Amino acid sequence: MAKILIVAEHDGKNLNASIAKCVACASSIDGAEIDVIVLAAAAGDVAAQAAEIAGVNRVLTIERPENEHPVSSVLGPQVAALAGGYAYVFGPSTTFGRDLMPHVAALLGVNQVTDIMSVEGSHTFKRPIYAGNAIVTVEAPQGSTIVATVRVASYQAAAGGNSATVEPASVEADLPAHTRYVGLESAVSDRPDLQTAASVVAGGRALGSEEDFGLIYKLADKMGAGVGATRAAVDAGYCPNDMQVGQTGKIIAPDLYIAIGISGAIQHLTGIKDAGTIVAINKDEEAPIFEVADIGLVADLFDVVPELTSALES
Amino acid sequence: MDKILVGLKRVVDYNVRVQVKSDGSGVETDGVKMSINPFDEIALEEALRIKERGDANEVVAVSIGTADSQQQLRTGLAMGADRAILVTVDEAPDPLSVARIFLSLAEKENAGLVMLGKQAIDGDNSQVAQMLGALWGRPQATFASGVTLDGDTARVIREVDAGLETVEVDLPAVISVDLRLNEPRYVKLPDIMKAKKKPLDEVALADLGIEAGPPIKELSFAPPEGRQRGIIVEDVAGLVTALKDKGLA
Ligand SMILES: Cc1cc2nc3c(=O)[nH]c(=O)nc-3n(C[C@H](O)[C@H](O)[C@H](O)COP(=O)(O)OP(=O)(O)OC[C@H]3O[C@@H](n4cnc5c(N)ncnc54)[C@H](O)[C@@H]3O)c2cc1C
Ligand SMILES: Cc1cc2nc3c(=O)[nH]c(=O)nc-3n(C[C@H](O)[C@H](O)[C@H](O)COP(=O)(O)OP(=O)(O)OC[C@H]3O[C@@H](n4cnc5c(N)ncnc54)[C@H](O)[C@@H]3O)c2cc1C
Repeated sequence: MAKILIVAEHDGKNLNASIAKCVACASSIDGAEIDVIVLAAAAGDVAAQAAEIAGVNRVLTIERPENEHPVSSVLGPQVAALAGGYAYVFGPSTTFGRDLMPHVAALLGVNQVTDIMSVEGSHTFKRPIYAGNAIVTVEAPQGSTIVATVRVASYQAAAGGNSATVEPASVEADLPAHTRYVGLESAVSDRPDLQTAASVVAGGRALGSEEDFGLIYKLADKMGAGVGATRAAVDAGYCPNDMQVGQTGKIIAPDLYIAIGISGAIQHLTGIKDAGTIVAINKDEEAPIFEVADIGLVADLFDVVPELTSALES
Repeated sequence: MDKILVGLKRVVDYNVRVQVKSDGSGVETDGVKMSINPFDEIALEEALRIKERGDANEVVAVSIGTADSQQQLRTGLAMGADRAILVTVDEAPDPLSVARIFLSLAEKENAGLVMLGKQAIDGDNSQVAQMLGALWGRPQATFASGVTLDGDTARVIREVDAGLETVEVDLPAVISVDLRLNEPRYVKLPDIMKAKKKPLDEVALADLGIEAGPPIKELSFAPPEGRQRGIIVEDVAGLVTALKDKGLA
């Protein structure tokens, strides 16, 4: 039996979609027995959602007012205190998991396995390095807890329909007050979430202005797609930073990715490697994006994107 | 605040398309251009700006590596760091050991801030800053795209999946920086000459009395599964047809 603890990411109300993918990864370990821990001020809603994920054995909750916001120096000691009973502690490769899990690992005195793409054995995993230009098989040491983040783009969400037991847990942990959450500024959007959308339309530097980036939104809205961008487009202020796709942005795996006015730099491509179909629209036929695109259209985006938007209308 | 420590890791330059060796034993690094990890350059730039505003007295650049890393430290000194420390190691240390080294230096130097990159673009681990926060028992403000100091606290804007999060942390603290924090300065020739005279101390890992963490062994390397070049369509109608063929439109 392999006891696995997964740390739930949530916003107080909803469980993050990455957690069902962590469960899928954990389920591929032989003899997996999976618990999910929900740390929150009030854990009820989130715990109920976690209990529905197929493969989850128990959902544990720790409710404390300090757990209202995801501050790793507050959550870390609680997770570390629970970790004793587990062979594995997993979190998602989202900014939440990337911030928290190394903290937990250090408290346990181990290194973290970052971005598991596949489980090869009880202690061996594949993970990407060098912006995904190399895949390394790593072996975690025997005899200590394995702390890891799961590369969520590599996994399909585990199914629902379960009804795992939910029970409170309690741990002794000193929680520091040196880090205070002030607030979150989030672009409100009715569009599908970039990290879970089935289709994503993304724009690059070629859009040229915030106003013209509107072409991307129009096409996306027609398709019911999420919106992504390159670092160049974000840096130029055409769109918010949470749309950045790539090595240092979001790693996504939609069924369809439409790259518009994007050159295809390695740092960008690493974020879309697992997309089902990649479509590229670029006026330069030599652009590297065409080397990975399933369907390419060499054209000026300002001509063809409006045309595509209306063609999809009918 | 007295001192800011900045990590400068020597990595394969971000423009290099890294190749896996044909025997799968590693990636080809012979004769490849090496640079400061791009995030670390941003960390150093921010530390220098903090000092230039009068909020810190000294900026100390730290690298852990072989003698080759002197090159990156000299660049850091030319950018404006006051002095540099090279912790010499025979083998690339694991992230936990790197964090323990920074802990030891932070305590010895009585640092007010340790500024690191959000990730090193070779290992892509993104662990060191968070581990240091845990080991030091001090705040970790990761993925920073804005830093404002106010006495003994810092306000940090963090780039998180949901948008921009603001936290307030007490100093001393660890900050890991994201790309949009600033635009690092260019090094001018006279600065390179001046940097030659700045102190660069070497200390051996063994002398810091640090125990290596249980390392995660790298067994074998492989190139990623490549994507194939697909079809080129002539026009929008062709694109729509191709999408329909795949059931995507
Ligand atoms: C450490 C590091 C991390 C990075 N992380 C990321 C990351 O996470 N994500 C990311 O995206 N980038 C990242 N980058 C930046 C990356 O290297 C590229 O600079 C960036 O992806 C380029 O964005 P782009 O394709 O929009 O712009 P460009 O490379 O400038 O490409 C614009 C493209 O648009 C085409 N074009 C121009 N006009 C038109 C038109 N009218 N119609 C059609 N096509 C047109 C051009 O032919 C060109 O191919 C990172 C860089 C570094 C150093
Ligand atoms: C060829 C090679 C083989 C390796 N083999 C192994 C192995 O078998 N097992 C193993 O556990 N590790 C191994 N490593 C080391 C590992 O991959 C990392 O390079 C190292 O552990 C630090 O992690 P990171 O740089 O990815 O950390 P990150 O957490 O991504 O780095 C974040 C920040 O920490 C700071 N930092 C990190 N390292 C340094 C440094 N050396 N000097 C100054 N600042 C630094 C920088 O500011 C950096 O931006 C190997 C590395 C190489 C290059």
